[in-house]
Amino acid sequence: MDYKWPPADQRVLIGKRISRLDGPWKSSGRVKYSYDINRPGLLYGRMVFSPHAHAKVTKIDTSEAEKMPGVKAVQIMFPEGKEVLWAGQEIVALAAETEDQVRDAAAKVRIEYQQLPHFVLDESPDKAGAQYTKDLTEKTTGDPATAFGQAEVTHQGRYGATVITHCCLESHGQVAEWNGDSLTVWASTQNVSGIGGEIGQGVGVPGNKVEVITPVMGGGFGSKFAGDAWGVACAQLAKKAGRPVKMMLERDQELMVAGARPSIHADVKVAAKKDGTLIAWDSHSWGTGGPAAPGAPPLPYVFKIPNSRVKHTAVLTNIGPERAWRAPNHPQMCVITMGALDDLAAKLGMDPVDFFRKNLGITGERAKTYDEELTKASELFDWKKKWHPRGDSGSGPIKRGVGLSIHTWGGAANNSNCSATIHPDGSAEVSMATQDLGVGTRTVVAIVAAETFGLPLEAVTVNIGDSKYPAAGASGGSTTVGGVSSATRRATVAAVNELFDKVAPSLGATSDQLEAVGGQIRVKGDPAKSLSWKQACAKLGATPITATGKTSRDLTSANVGGVQMAEVAVDTETGIVRVQKIVAVQDCGLVIDVKTAESQVYGALIMGVTYALYEEKLMDQQTGHCLNPNMEFYKLAGIGDVGELVVHMMTGPGYDDRGVIGLGEPPVVSPGAVISNAVANAIGVRVSPIPMTPERVLAALAKGGQA
Amino acid sequence: MSHKAPQDRDKDVKKKRTELEDSSSSGFSRRDFIKGTGIAGVAVSATVLLGDEVAKAAGRAPAEGEWIGPEAVDVTLRVNGQTHKLQLQPRVTLLDALRDRLDLTGAKKVCDRGTCGACTVIVDGKAIYSCTTLAIDAQGRDIQTIEGLAPESELHPLSQAFVDNDAQQCGFCTPGFVMACKAYLDHEPKPTYEGVQQSLGGNLCRCGTYMGIRHAVLQAAGKGGQS
Amino acid sequence: MEAFAYANPSTLNGAVSLLGSKWGETAILAGGTDLISLMKDHGDTPARVVNIKGIDVLRHIEEENGGYRIGALVTFDEFLAHGIAKTFPSLAEAARGVSSPQIRNVGTVGGDLLQRPRCWYYRGGFGLLARDEKGHSLVPNGDNRYHAIFGNEGPAYFVSPSSFAPALVTLGAKVTLHGPSGRREIGIEELFVTPKAEGEREHSIHPNEILTEISIPSSAREWRNATYEVRQKEALDWPLATASVALKMDGDKITAARVVLGHVAPVPWRSHAAEQVLEGKSLSEATAARAGEAAVRGAKPLSQNGYKVQLARVAVKRALLAAKEGA
Repeated sequence: MDYKWPPADQRVLIGKRISRLDGPWKSSGRVKYSYDINRPGLLYGRMVFSPHAHAKVTKIDTSEAEKMPGVKAVQIMFPEGKEVLWAGQEIVALAAETEDQVRDAAAKVRIEYQQLPHFVLDESPDKAGAQYTKDLTEKTTGDPATAFGQAEVTHQGRYGATVITHCCLESHGQVAEWNGDSLTVWASTQNVSGIGGEIGQGVGVPGNKVEVITPVMGGGFGSKFAGDAWGVACAQLAKKAGRPVKMMLERDQELMVAGARPSIHADVKVAAKKDGTLIAWDSHSWGTGGPAAPGAPPLPYVFKIPNSRVKHTAVLTNIGPERAWRAPNHPQMCVITMGALDDLAAKLGMDPVDFFRKNLGITGERAKTYDEELTKASELFDWKKKWHPRGDSGSGPIKRGVGLSIHTWGGAANNSNCSATIHPDGSAEVSMATQDLGVGTRTVVAIVAAETFGLPLEAVTVNIGDSKYPAAGASGGSTTVGGVSSATRRATVAAVNELFDKVAPSLGATSDQLEAVGGQIRVKGDPAKSLSWKQACAKLGATPITATGKTSRDLTSANVGGVQMAEVAVDTETGIVRVQKIVAVQDCGLVIDVKTAESQVYGALIMGVTYALYEEKLMDQQTGHCLNPNMEFYKLAGIGDVGELVVHMMTGPGYDDRGVIGLGEPPVVSPGAVISNAVANAIGVRVSPIPMTPERVLAALAKGGQA
Repeated sequence: MSHKAPQDRDKDVKKKRTELEDSSSSGFSRRDFIKGTGIAGVAVSATVLLGDEVAKAAGRAPAEGEWIGPEAVDVTLRVNGQTHKLQLQPRVTLLDALRDRLDLTGAKKVCDRGTCGACTVIVDGKAIYSCTTLAIDAQGRDIQTIEGLAPESELHPLSQAFVDNDAQQCGFCTPGFVMACKAYLDHEPKPTYEGVQQSLGGNLCRCGTYMGIRHAVLQAAGKGGQS
Repeated sequence: MEAFAYANPSTLNGAVSLLGSKWGETAILAGGTDLISLMKDHGDTPARVVNIKGIDVLRHIEEENGGYRIGALVTFDEFLAHGIAKTFPSLAEAARGVSSPQIRNVGTVGGDLLQRPRCWYYRGGFGLLARDEKGHSLVPNGDNRYHAIFGNEGPAYFVSPSSFAPALVTLGAKVTLHGPSGRREIGIEELFVTPKAEGEREHSIHPNEILTEISIPSSAREWRNATYEVRQKEALDWPLATASVALKMDGDKITAARVVLGHVAPVPWRSHAAEQVLEGKSLSEATAARAGEAAVRGAKPLSQNGYKVQLARVAVKRALLAAKEGA
């Protein structure tokens, strides 16, 4: 069977601009998220969490809480005698008739702690000391000592990105309801197929007795792969109470414990020849992702500098543990590497575009992509006109500057299964237990199925977001679109071929001579010989066709490039940075839906503006508390803060023929670096770490910028 | 809340001033009651209970100036043109009443502290945060939630503009944005790009849909957008 | 939020009669954006809440003998829609700085003056003076990036969050407070105090008083005025520093000046030094810069908020230049 993607001139839906199918559900406010599920008899759950960053739980007394009005169930989540390692650790869960009653009851839970020393800062490994640090393997490539000795230009600097959180607008959580020994969980998850087993194990039922339902969900960004302790506790409460329970995290808890992007800071030394050829890299990086040591980031990023020495130290802190944050490690490595290279280019007196081009040879297999994207981005941005050497020489306090960054991401397809059914009445459906995080997964599945069947989009029913459908991979790492599109393609091609087999005789042809186009099944090259889709399906008799398909490597690929350019205005008297414009040029192989793909990139740029300038999880060493577990001081960019954004998707020969590749992460990698580089270009000095808050900008200027 | 034009408000200025300056004018009907029962915190619930009981026994709504609650009391809300009679404690927010009691879940609970705008509803024509509004305080007002924008089978043109311009991803902030945009457009039929930037400063999106929202508002006002 | 009893009086005296004589017993509800949030965070746990929005006599903006009387329940939005906003650009700019329509639609001028500080230790449950269990302030050795650079000798380190207060001080405004024994009028500066001990408030209003009115004298019209807020975000965001200025001019020459900083001290912070620099001068960029310099002389930044000295300096300079342009 020929599963190949249709050639460009035959695509009716693929690669066009199609509005997301669930758009009307959302913008009418009628679709129900997990947070919105109000089951008959619903109880409200809430957790009591540790105020201490490091403490031993010595006593838990829920007796008073249990007697409070409306309380129906209490569940201990964390045993006496065990050590809490971060403030916000869940200790007790309760369920009551109303949100207010459960809040009142939670206030009556008495927990005693033996407080232990804590550490929550990541400024430097020295400050943390041996107790709170762990040196990870040092890696040397080539001969950095000799290379640095031979270098004509060397630059040293410090770069970094602080801890941020996911801040999903729909907090983590779920509604759990038992029916006998079967459990239904409406969960805000990125992993519909995966969390049933985990929650089932927690409550002692097999995974096949747990149905997970997530038709829509309010943001995950890498923080919602697990069933989580609250998922299990919610099911336990529901079991005890014999009633459904909704337990969603409060905003403060969400920001304290439900996911963080680890910080990475680095002291970097990088060297080149006078002509800009990179020859050596040395970095000592450190960062924290909570009490456990995260893996060492593979610096330098994108550019495989031939001689390098890379050392990483994990700082172990008593903060809510890290979770994958959209493109794990990449934004941090990007701000470090692209920042250092940009500073080196400035020292060399080179335009960064020329400097990057000079070194594209060590970027690996995407060198040609970067070259083409640099050309396109320069043209869209008008780089040659806007770029100036370090430091805006204009008068007045507002300095303008431009920056450049490039990035990469894998985005190989996850393992997904699709089942496609063609009914005798002509209706068609595709089913898979994937989830749409707001990226357009549902729409992509529909486009692929409708394209294969030669039907209009609305003629195909898409069933996703329920674990009863064929298993699909978790949505993380930009793996979904490849997984679902290829599995859908294979399932629908198989199904339509079965239909061809059924109707070929009546068209006087063999099934391999048939095609499904424009609502017809017809003979290729002889369109007069055709049946309408409905007529063709009627020939199925009483039995529908069901075919299945799995993720296919032939229809997908991995590894993308991506180039971004930014323009900023820096008020050197206040340190306030305003993003004026960002141009993003991005490839992702064959684009299924240009409209939702562009939205992914716009969204990534906006998230990037936020982490470049505003958001930061602030910890207080004295109390061990997060200081800003709210949306007032955990700052997100608003509509007036993001400037003009331009997105260009690379398509056509050389791109489409790679097959489908994931897109969610790559465009979020560069914004921190590109905005940081633009600020450096504007004011002549590097502001580090990001976010570039007024105090950091002013401090950098005071240290030696051009004000 | 009064939405009289300032000049109308000024009409009765003299009368109001008199009242402001005359500390012996009416309004003391409950004072003796409070005095008699004491105002220390411990006495409150008794006071309150009694006040409520008195009011109920008399078969009338509590008179103005009487303490009601903290137990649940009758609260009547007019939402999307429909009247709902609820029993709510005074502490219940409008957001919780809408979501938990009326199953109107379009308004979302996100920051729950009057910052992010996901809970935005329109009250007497103005966008407000329902998470920092008490349900009991919304009585007698015209409350519009996103569910009231259009019949279930139809899509309001503004909602359609959000679809056409892909002004939503996960969609969790979207109802709040739609309501904030609605209130803005009702007030400003000829929006500008700058006006959009300034008038939606009370709503936040995490997925980053601001580009689409800018276009959607302009489209809904008949000024283009993109499809 | 803990349960509370609720009253909804329609007369001022009725409302006053419901108020307790100690802080924490009763809370006054107007726009609610601060109070409800604070109650959710258990920063305020009143047993009783008095909603004063039913008191219609508190929603006027009235011209009187050339001055203005502004009812405490006037919202930011109503204020901006009124002609007064044109008369006093410094107040209008302060109102616009609250860049959320949802807050401007319900937030009141009275509530703006009486809102509680945003200090994260206070909001995080450590009390207004941000003390740990041993009674030590968490601010000097903690994260004080948003705290005071003036008037921060302790025990208070928070900053006054009011948008309107600095401008009102420059305009010589007064506020009227109604209590059980009648009304009193005090200068707006007297409304703001720096607490010296836990349990004290940052406002001189008594727990059984209601702030009913703000009055701006007719003489304020003779002052050219402007406000400059340094805010990191365009979207809803607290200012890092603000300056309000009012200038009495004779031709090009400044005959009298008032300069008040916001978000830099536990109270609106008046800078007589800056005023002295301005008086008798013509308003140039250089004069404005010198006034900014004078305004921050004597600032004592904490460990992490030195940058706010620069922001305050610039805010003063830019407010002065805005006042000049607004001429």
